[in-house]
Amino acid sequence: MPADFNWAIGGEAGDGIDSTGKIFARALSRAGRHVFTSKDFASRIRGGYTAYKVRTAIDPVESTVDRLDVLIALTQRTVDENLEELHEGSVIIYDGERTSMQDLEIPDGMVGMDVPLKSLAEDAGGAIMRNIVALGAACEVTDFPIEHLASSLEKRFGDKGQSIVENNKAAADLGAEFVEENYEAASAEFEYELETTDENYVLINGDEAIGMGALAAGCRFYSGYPITPATDVMEYLTGRLERYGGHVVQAEDELSAINMALGAARAGARSMTATSGPGIDLMTETFGLVAQSETPLVICDVMRSGPSTGMPTKQEQGDLNMTLYGGHGEIPRFVVAPTTIAECFWKTVEAFNYAEKYQTPVYLVSDLEMAVTEQTFPPEAFDMDEVEIDRGKLVDEDEVEEWLDEEGRFRAHAATEDGISPRAKPGTTDGAHMSTGLEHNELGRRTEDTEVRMEQVHKRERKVETAKEREDWSPREFGNPDADNLVVSWGSNEGTINEAMDLMDEDAPEFRFLSVPYLFPRPDLTEAFEAAEQVVVVECNATGQFADVLEHDTLQRVDRVNKYNGVGFKADELAAEITEVLQ
Amino acid sequence: MSSETRFIDFKSDKQPTWCPGCGDFGTMNGMMKALANTGNDPDNTFVVAGIGCSGKIGTYMHSYALHGVHGRALPVGTGVKMANPDLEVMVAGGDGDGYSIGSGHFIHAVRRNVDMSYVVMDNRIYGLTKGQASPTSREDFETATTPQGPKQPPVNPLALALSAGGTFIAQSFASDAQRHAELVQQAIEHDGFGFVNVFSPCVTFNDTDTYDYFRDNLTDLAETDHDASDFDQAKERILDGDSEYQGVLYQDENSVPYHEAHGVTEDMTEIPDGAPENATDLVREFY
Ligand SMILES: Cc1ncc(C[n+]2csc(CCOP(=O)(O)OP(=O)(O)O)c2C)c(N)n1
Ligand code: SF4
Repeated sequence: MPADFNWAIGGEAGDGIDSTGKIFARALSRAGRHVFTSKDFASRIRGGYTAYKVRTAIDPVESTVDRLDVLIALTQRTVDENLEELHEGSVIIYDGERTSMQDLEIPDGMVGMDVPLKSLAEDAGGAIMRNIVALGAACEVTDFPIEHLASSLEKRFGDKGQSIVENNKAAADLGAEFVEENYEAASAEFEYELETTDENYVLINGDEAIGMGALAAGCRFYSGYPITPATDVMEYLTGRLERYGGHVVQAEDELSAINMALGAARAGARSMTATSGPGIDLMTETFGLVAQSETPLVICDVMRSGPSTGMPTKQEQGDLNMTLYGGHGEIPRFVVAPTTIAECFWKTVEAFNYAEKYQTPVYLVSDLEMAVTEQTFPPEAFDMDEVEIDRGKLVDEDEVEEWLDEEGRFRAHAATEDGISPRAKPGTTDGAHMSTGLEHNELGRRTEDTEVRMEQVHKRERKVETAKEREDWSPREFGNPDADNLVVSWGSNEGTINEAMDLMDEDAPEFRFLSVPYLFPRPDLTEAFEAAEQVVVVECNATGQFADVLEHDTLQRVDRVNKYNGVGFKADELAAEITEVLQ
Repeated sequence: MSSETRFIDFKSDKQPTWCPGCGDFGTMNGMMKALANTGNDPDNTFVVAGIGCSGKIGTYMHSYALHGVHGRALPVGTGVKMANPDLEVMVAGGDGDGYSIGSGHFIHAVRRNVDMSYVVMDNRIYGLTKGQASPTSREDFETATTPQGPKQPPVNPLALALSAGGTFIAQSFASDAQRHAELVQQAIEHDGFGFVNVFSPCVTFNDTDTYDYFRDNLTDLAETDHDASDFDQAKERILDGDSEYQGVLYQDENSVPYHEAHGVTEDMTEIPDGAPENATDLVREFY
């Protein structure tokens, strides 16, 4: 019996696939099991195929695999789409009373469980609960104690009233009873038994982790314009930010969103906006202004497949070049890319600190798969006592005096040794000054004086140099540190590569794995590259943007593993590909 | 300090590079007077400006200020006001800045009703880029980029504001110093978005909408029986394409500014040293 169990529900968009999947995922995490979910969805709200997959095990799971053990199929297409992932012994739960499913052919070796989802749901109080009937059936098949499902239903529907919770529980029970009565033999033969533990886990996705990181870091103002897959950041913050005295504005467009965030930041609040590639395009002009006016701002790019509108609901890591180089002129910036969902939290906290310490825009780069994937973590992974806030050189009424010129004017862009100037928030006596996107002198006033221009360019560059010295930009390291081969990756591939390592044959080539969360400034990998016989860079894009950057940094050629069909890497697939490249 | 603030305190030591005679001089003086008269001082005032000759205004004034990118000054002002509702926020720009590239923001700023003032120096031309047609240029106004005139009706900014739910809509004339300062002051004092379209002639590129033209054609609403609280009267005057008015066209006395409607009262700039006290609850939500 494999250690992990894989389950999915699929149907039409609008069938409640997402919330059903989430209810099951939460039931598992409440039962002390680790969970990793993934979503397959089209950008239409109705009429598109969607699926929600759950992988679960007692040990942590960090990626998906190409295997399905139980599938709840609400449509024929669900079976067709997942045929390759089904295997001998897989169970397909479907509703044969549904006209379109009457002729469903169960592939050889698999078990079809024809459960009258709709009519059982009606018995429990309403057809709308048919997915919950299916969840009950799935519990019975897998010997998963149904009380955990009940507790998840409680959490999901609790605020809608106890009678709704009770009806849903009844629906789940009817599904379980039906399987017990009609398919007892088949469930007994089923290979998987979902044990439970006493652990408490947090089940969270990347967008939520970014939102939670922002709250922990003292973010008070958020403005954004809805776009997949970044919208969940805004949805998470809405209401919650207000609890801490902050505010969320849904702006009229991304141009407005970033400018509002800039205004709030300029006023002295920790401020953020989040969007995806097309939104970053629109924000780029203001991105330059943020840097030139030395305003601390966190701009989150949750990447999706491009260019242009590309594939809005599909995975890609195609915006690296844009975040590194986007904008006219030369723009000092930081680019930070969390590598796991838990890191989405920590890197958001760091991003706010970098922004204020160095008075620059910070790109926080995540991606679609990380955004929509839910994963379990022990609560210690988000230890709030570890959160540190550093507001940098924010000066108060007294300190301002040190920074006035002989005429009493505040030197907001003083060319200090570390490149970081004092920052006075509006309201500070004697700190009044103008900020501008124009080249300016120490006072913030427009200049075209060649000397002053050079001085300010150097000053802004010096901030980055200072940060390189003061902060730890190390990669995260895994695998065998002494192995001859080196695998490098950025962003959300970390978990998948780690799982791939576990899946690889004993005689497969070993490697040292560096997962890089800091894209600018970034670690100098020259030594690691020189020590390696072969270097492979893994990323979800066609051209190998990170591989290019690393070749440029280290003056050494690398091999590349790229995926750009819109679906992220799978552990088993990556195990095979890395093995092949290293052979 | 505020009670002693004089308008000169809002003046920076930087000499304006506007053409001699430009309407923007008068517009700016009126803004500074209004700020001083309303008891503000440079340290609690934030001026946001866009791009254009008009946008240079933040440079010549002394306060906390941001000179932003073309067309985006209003969202910046919104962010400033939200982050710290105690600040006096004034946004300034040109007709190109506000009604062309920034027209989307204009409508949304009006309907948001953020408590700030917005002063537009309407010279019916693009000044800084040397004389192209602007959204308020007349249909037959000939420029290098519109040799036969724009051949499309000008934007009516007051009508846009009224239809978007504007709560304070006024128009002034840069050279009528007294009235202009008064109207900007009323915009500042208004609880919500105080919008003032200022006729601010460009003496270099616009020989149609000149000081003389406005002097001859402007009707001051104070000298009429106009009732600014009457929406229908305001609508009629605003849509009357044949007249140019000075004064408050419309004011909603019951206006509730955005931050009040949304319960934003706190200064958002002060935060704890670490995660907020009850932050662990945020984690527990995901159990
Ligand atoms: C994105 C962008 N497009 C174009 C410009 C060039 N530009 C500068 S000022 C201006 C027009 C300003 O006209 P208006 O707002 O009427 O101001 P005025 O100069 O007349 O006061 C333009 C098009 C720019 N700075 N940025
Ligand atoms: S070009 Fe026109 S708007 Fe610009 S400064 Fe000269 S007169 Fe004023």
